[in-house]
Amino acid sequence: MIISIASGKGGTGKTSVAVNMALSIRNVQLLDCDVEEPNAHLLLHSKISRIETVYVSVPFVNEKLCDHCGKCSKFCQYNAIFVSPENVLIFPELCHSCGGCTLVCPKKTITEDKHEIGTLKLASADNLELVYGELEVGEPMAVPVIREVKKHIDNSRNVILDSPPGTSCPVIETVKGSDFCILVTEPTPFGLHDLKITVQVLEDMEIPLGVVVNRAGIGDKKVYEYCKEKDISILLEIPYQRKIAELYSTGVPFSSEIPEWKEKFQMLFDETRRLVGK
Amino acid sequence: MKQITVLSGKGGTGKTTITASFAVLAKNAVVADCDVDAPDLHMLLHPRIVKTQEFRGSKLAVIDGSKCAKCGLCREKCRFDAITESFTIDPFSCKGCGVCTIVCPANAITLKERISGHAYISKTRYGVMAHAMLSPGEANSGKLVTLVRQNAKVLAEKKNSNLIIIDGPSGIGCPVIASVTGVDAGLVVIEPTMSGIHDFERALQLLKHFNVPPFVCVNMYDVNINNTEKILGFCKENGIQIAGRISFNPKVTEAMVNGKTIVEYSPECDVVKEIGNIWKKLYSSLKLGST
Repeated sequence: MIISIASGKGGTGKTSVAVNMALSIRNVQLLDCDVEEPNAHLLLHSKISRIETVYVSVPFVNEKLCDHCGKCSKFCQYNAIFVSPENVLIFPELCHSCGGCTLVCPKKTITEDKHEIGTLKLASADNLELVYGELEVGEPMAVPVIREVKKHIDNSRNVILDSPPGTSCPVIETVKGSDFCILVTEPTPFGLHDLKITVQVLEDMEIPLGVVVNRAGIGDKKVYEYCKEKDISILLEIPYQRKIAELYSTGVPFSSEIPEWKEKFQMLFDETRRLVGK
Repeated sequence: MKQITVLSGKGGTGKTTITASFAVLAKNAVVADCDVDAPDLHMLLHPRIVKTQEFRGSKLAVIDGSKCAKCGLCREKCRFDAITESFTIDPFSCKGCGVCTIVCPANAITLKERISGHAYISKTRYGVMAHAMLSPGEANSGKLVTLVRQNAKVLAEKKNSNLIIIDGPSGIGCPVIASVTGVDAGLVVIEPTMSGIHDFERALQLLKHFNVPPFVCVNMYDVNINNTEKILGFCKENGIQIAGRISFNPKVTEAMVNGKTIVEYSPECDVVKEIGNIWKKLYSSLKLGST
């Protein structure tokens, strides 16, 4: 079973929920797909067993053979190739690695080169397997790194995917193929607004979902009203407590220090499994 | 004209609360919300939209079933697994690259433009604002950010404004890069947690990569004083300008619930004084004159 943890708004507690749930169940694999700012490893103090480099393919033009016809540049939807009568300029950070330029070049002068955009880390901690990616600073495209992380999904395990915030392509890439998505929100106007956008995306993708309300007690009741109206289950509430915030700030998963939370996260997982029907 | 971007790396550190406060404190500044896939600034500034633009960010392949011979070449060449077994396009996977259109022997596939969101120009009670809304699930948020920034620039010229305040998205990927390139300063808002520190270091690296002078502000600093001291020590060691620190105060959430900036909601509270000092510091560092 694959469960993704997403949110819309940043800083609502996705990683906290993902890590605490992972630590409370058995046979689990946690994949941190927030490759721009991966944080799960900070809470798990994991040991890295393998590091791999993530590459994408970018065009390489053999200028000796190129007659500057410009067909590649005209074809490229991402403006990653610029052809002038004198030379050809490639912008690797705009390239989406579709390979189209190599197909349209009449002289077959374009081949593909590897361009490094990040790293993949395989790690373990406390009986669980952790896979996470790190986008290199300055590189714009997170999606290819997320795709590499997801290649390591082990279907024989309980897979938890920690998603990046937002609702655009990195989130889509993460949640695609999930059996269920847990949306972590806070009961504030910002939390609600971003929750609604994310619910819309998941409904379009036909992924079943439920909500975890973090920092319950702050803000207002509108998140609850919205969930009731939309018939969305609230799977768990985590109250706003100074102790939980302090533990998080020092990098300690709160279920390790407050044992009753282990049970609550187990129940969250069981309820999720029940809703998925697995 | 100067531009300053509020960014953070980690989400939920208080970027929008701070940007909205700056919008109130500034005189005649243009505000740009560049968090286009989860914009929140409008809930505090309540813009009245005066102009809406359609944003066409990416294209989508469309297969004409009556021409398709189901040969499978498109599926073989598509690198995004966007063509389903029944030869339809999965819109969540298609990146609009057009490879399928050129390999199809039956000419059954075309690229169609899609509306990926909207950009807005608005009036608020504190001036003008450029913002946008990416359609949920769309790609190309970086391009939409660039459009918002262009709109903000035009507005600033028209209104004779000397400052654009940009509310940036979280992370370090394409929309963040589009939000920081070419600005005069980046204010990194950090919370004193392990994750906050980790993400802040990456945000600083990003600013360095694009030659943007960094300023740092620790929000909710009293949640972990030790970590706050570590952060401030790190900044001093590395010659990074500290803009200030802001204490934790439940009034910030109350203000949000009431749809107000903290400056309006609770003008006497510590947080407002602290934000005011940060604002003064930035204002003089950017050589904009006196506040």
